[in-house]
Amino acid sequence: MATAAAVLPSGSQDLHVLAVDDSHVDRKVIENLLKISSCKVTAVESGTRALQYLGLDGEKGSLGINDLKVNLIMTDYSMPGMTGYELLKKIKQSSAFREIPVVIMSSENILTRVDRCLEEGAEEFLVKPVKLSDVKRLKDIIMRGETEENGGSRVNKRKLEDDGHPPLSSSSLSSSSAPSSPSSPLSPPPSTSTSTVAPFACDLGTTELPTSPLRSSKRSKLCNSD
Amino acid sequence: MDVVSQLQRQFIDYSASLHREGFVDDQFTQLQKLQDENSPDFVVEVASLFFEDCEKLINNMARALEQQQGVDFKQVDASVHQLKGSSSSIGAMRVKNVCINFRSFCEAQNREGCLRCLQQVTHEYSLLKSKLQTLFRLEQQLLAAGGSIK
Repeated sequence: MATAAAVLPSGSQDLHVLAVDDSHVDRKVIENLLKISSCKVTAVESGTRALQYLGLDGEKGSLGINDLKVNLIMTDYSMPGMTGYELLKKIKQSSAFREIPVVIMSSENILTRVDRCLEEGAEEFLVKPVKLSDVKRLKDIIMRGETEENGGSRVNKRKLEDDGHPPLSSSSLSSSSAPSSPSSPLSPPPSTSTSTVAPFACDLGTTELPTSPLRSSKRSKLCNSD
Repeated sequence: MDVVSQLQRQFIDYSASLHREGFVDDQFTQLQKLQDENSPDFVVEVASLFFEDCEKLINNMARALEQQQGVDFKQVDASVHQLKGSSSSIGAMRVKNVCINFRSFCEAQNREGCLRCLQQVTHEYSLLKSKLQTLFRLEQQLLAAGGSIK
């Protein structure tokens, strides 16, 4: 079974991120966020293009075998044509690329949407606008090899986070996958929109269901499955 | 006060007023922080992309809303959703807030309400554009005089 090491950059190489977003503005922003965080970026405008780039569209891909290997895929959720969710599924169905962590970005923090993505194997669900602190945290996670396969090390990481950060407002079980808490001393002051709040916080109008233990256990199933 | 300090003062004050008046929010500040020697024109570039987006989307909305044989509110909403996303990403708070209202009217299939929002969003977009152009001009002057915005 391929291990997380297979998708990590070797030695001192930078993380190569494939960013997928139909919005010009968002592509530009994520590109810069990643560059500032010392990542190599390839930004494409659609799921179809992303699959083409990876060589998953049936045609011979533009990538050489180990040329610019992709270490992380960040995709917008709502895109015309193929949604980020559909892209996620296709990637996880591919034996060549299923090990690559996929992060979903969305301006809408809808609990059922978050769950669906996580259940399909997304590494994280980030609420837009994506901040530098989100990217930095992601990079940490990826560089440490924290994928679903490493269920054990995720637990350790949560401990580390708890040491440095105040507890999240709810469902702290999912802290390793949650966007930065507004109360964390390391994150910038919260913007007027509440979009930086963790996906399971209860105060957002768009969330349809309250947090429940059932939801948490689904998450831990994800962590422990191989 | 020497020229550089004066220009710096002007830039800072103008920037602060944009925040105070709600034209931009913290996300805009975040973007300014992403500007460095490797991408010295980042904010101007993102802003340009945003204004292009605005124009395109506003036109889409206008066209959809003037359909005599029945407005496709889903189509209007799709454009508003996109605009809301872009404005959120760049920190264009007032534009974003109009979009939020706009979406409610789309959902309610209220053509009058939508048209009002369209007017508002057009207005906010022009205002913001001219404000940001002023800000960028001040920044240019400051840099040309040897100062920096950091």
